[in-house]
Amino acid sequence: MTRHTLSVLVENKPGVLARVSSLFSRRGFNIESLAVGPTEVADVSRMTIVVNVESLPLEQVTKQLNKLINVLKIVELDQGAAVAREIMLVKVRADIDSRSKVIEVVQLFKAKVVDVAPEALTIEITGNPEKLADFLKVMEPFGIKELVKSGMVAVGRGSRSISDRSTRPADKAGERTA
Amino acid sequence: MSEQVTGAQSLVLSLEAAGVTDVFGIPGGAILPLYDPLMDSRQIRHILVRHEQGAGHAAEGYAAASGRVGVCMATSGPGATNLVTPIADAHMDSVPMVAVTGQVASASIGTDAFQEADIRGITMPITKHNFLVTNPDDIPQAIAEAFHLASTGRPGPVLVDVSKDALQAMTSFDWPPTINLPGYHPVTRPHAKQVREAARLMVEARQPVLYVGGGVIRANASAALLRLAELTGIPVVTTLMARGAFPDTHALQLGMPGMHGTVAAVGALQKADLLVTLGARFDDRVTGKLSSFAPNATVIHADIDPAEIGKNRFAEVPIVGDLNEIIPELIAAIQAEHAAGRQGDYEGWWSQLSHMRETYPLGYDLSEEGLSPQYVIERLGVISGENSIYTAGVGQHQMWAAQFIKYNQPRTWINSGGLGTMGFAVPAAMGAKVAMPDKTVWAVDGDGCFQMTNQELVTCTINEIPIKVALINNSSLGMVRQWQTLFYNERYSNTDLHSHRLPDFVKLADAYGCHGLRCETPDEVDATIEKAMSLNDAPVVIDFVVHKDAMVWPMVAAGMSNDEIMVARSMAPEWGSDD
Repeated sequence: MTRHTLSVLVENKPGVLARVSSLFSRRGFNIESLAVGPTEVADVSRMTIVVNVESLPLEQVTKQLNKLINVLKIVELDQGAAVAREIMLVKVRADIDSRSKVIEVVQLFKAKVVDVAPEALTIEITGNPEKLADFLKVMEPFGIKELVKSGMVAVGRGSRSISDRSTRPADKAGERTA
Repeated sequence: MSEQVTGAQSLVLSLEAAGVTDVFGIPGGAILPLYDPLMDSRQIRHILVRHEQGAGHAAEGYAAASGRVGVCMATSGPGATNLVTPIADAHMDSVPMVAVTGQVASASIGTDAFQEADIRGITMPITKHNFLVTNPDDIPQAIAEAFHLASTGRPGPVLVDVSKDALQAMTSFDWPPTINLPGYHPVTRPHAKQVREAARLMVEARQPVLYVGGGVIRANASAALLRLAELTGIPVVTTLMARGAFPDTHALQLGMPGMHGTVAAVGALQKADLLVTLGARFDDRVTGKLSSFAPNATVIHADIDPAEIGKNRFAEVPIVGDLNEIIPELIAAIQAEHAAGRQGDYEGWWSQLSHMRETYPLGYDLSEEGLSPQYVIERLGVISGENSIYTAGVGQHQMWAAQFIKYNQPRTWINSGGLGTMGFAVPAAMGAKVAMPDKTVWAVDGDGCFQMTNQELVTCTINEIPIKVALINNSSLGMVRQWQTLFYNERYSNTDLHSHRLPDFVKLADAYGCHGLRCETPDEVDATIEKAMSLNDAPVVIDFVVHKDAMVWPMVAAGMSNDEIMVARSMAPEWGSDD
């Protein structure tokens, strides 16, 4: 099993998220994370889907996704050639004794304290999944009271955009636009 | 120019503009506003069925017989959920169909209102696409897009759910609306390089097979297929969905492959060095145990749906496109190979195949007492002939109808292949007869299937749709019983329907206003079928009382390799040497 990141451009219409997520479950694939939001084009949303599958079933899932009428385009982002980020909000136990130590870690990781209470700090941190995991490891001894994480968002490096024709995915290569 | 109309009127005008002439359906609360202007349509004939499932299968039969989009209609909630089975059926078998359903008023959606069901959510995985329309201004576009989606690319069912308030509100009607489907671009023109590569493999192969699926019929590519086969001399197998795509009487035809296929067709696939797959999808009922299917074959896979290619079996040469464009291009490429002096040599292959075909023809033992179902079906095919349309339910009678009736033309064999829906035959025959009123339409049905949907015989009688039903009555769920015989030590758990006793199918036919005939002995068979052929003023039901121990052979047991095919109980064929 390998981790794959799919960027999926979809029409911003009701039910699209249900169509995409139900397709994954129907074909027996687990979504590790999914993030969706608007794009630079009105009426077009972008999903970043992270899945753990072999490459052959991934090709099948990509083809099935392409069959959804509201799906406009799918590109698999190569880990090396893409910037991937998650955002995390963590509430860490921090009293008068430990607060300065927690803040030290926050600075080390270039994270940010966004809320202060007598017994806890809420910290915002952005980064790739590995950085976030490392941060949690260091924070754990202080006591993590609550944690929330966004799905991963990712974008390809370089000047080309996903909507350029040249970045069409492999399995649509033989296709002509009607 | 646009005129002010209600949403309901706009929907009727849209259906008319889309070319609809026949609709099968049942009204109800949420869809009532639509039925009012529908009454005034001079173009659309609405056939009032007795169960929404009947409407759905009728739309499928209509589409499969004619190639036009079949249309069915139902109200919200239970009306819509009763359409789920035929919609799933149409999805599996790529039948172009549009289902229009009423929905509760938009303000009530999500409140568990009376007769509310989220039919768009329910049908998401079983439609090609679906729409929920709550704004009356969106009706023409939704209908236009639905028909476009249903009938282009890989055909399939599309559902349009319209809320009651959208049907009642005023709107303007404009046609044609803009079709805005930026994510939908079916590929029809094949990749020239792939076609040339396929042609090269076909002349180089020594043991090739044309593995033909239902896509050839959907694409209207039968005539092109005939030219390709005759140009190359490559043997043809036609799957359950493709019966009629290539003439059964043709010398190149090896018959149906799969679980109940001919020894020659199954053997040809297993021994092939090249599969030229045309509009087929390597279904488990064809491949048997996938890992042992056609082990020596290189695969050319031509299909309109890129997701079918490589789904079950890797394709060395994938060709995405419309078969009606692919096959002519393939013919041209083969002709170029021939012109360059490269011709396929399949002589040794044909001597193997001819041997298989002659040694193991389809056959059956006439039972010593009572009537053999295979004999009935075989005679039906001979007497009614190749110009008739035959529909079937699901089970033993379906397999025998696929095996023993000779199909020489596309769209004359209509059945439920992928979903395997019992009860398909009668309503599908009704739809086929509406689409093709000049053709004789036979529903070959079993007594189990028949009792699931026979209420549509009333619809046929009242609407003057004189279908004919050949009821193969073995008083049991025959195919399940066959598996119990073979795999469950003859323990017949819940497969005895007692239909020799109840119901009395002749009386039932009579009650429905049909002609009811009964046939119990072999010497009555021809005369009874001829009698049924002569009765065209009302539907006819023949109760063929057959013995229940007949089994469908050959058979590849589920999950087994095709190499384990049995021609009769505990009888494996001699495959002959592999030289």
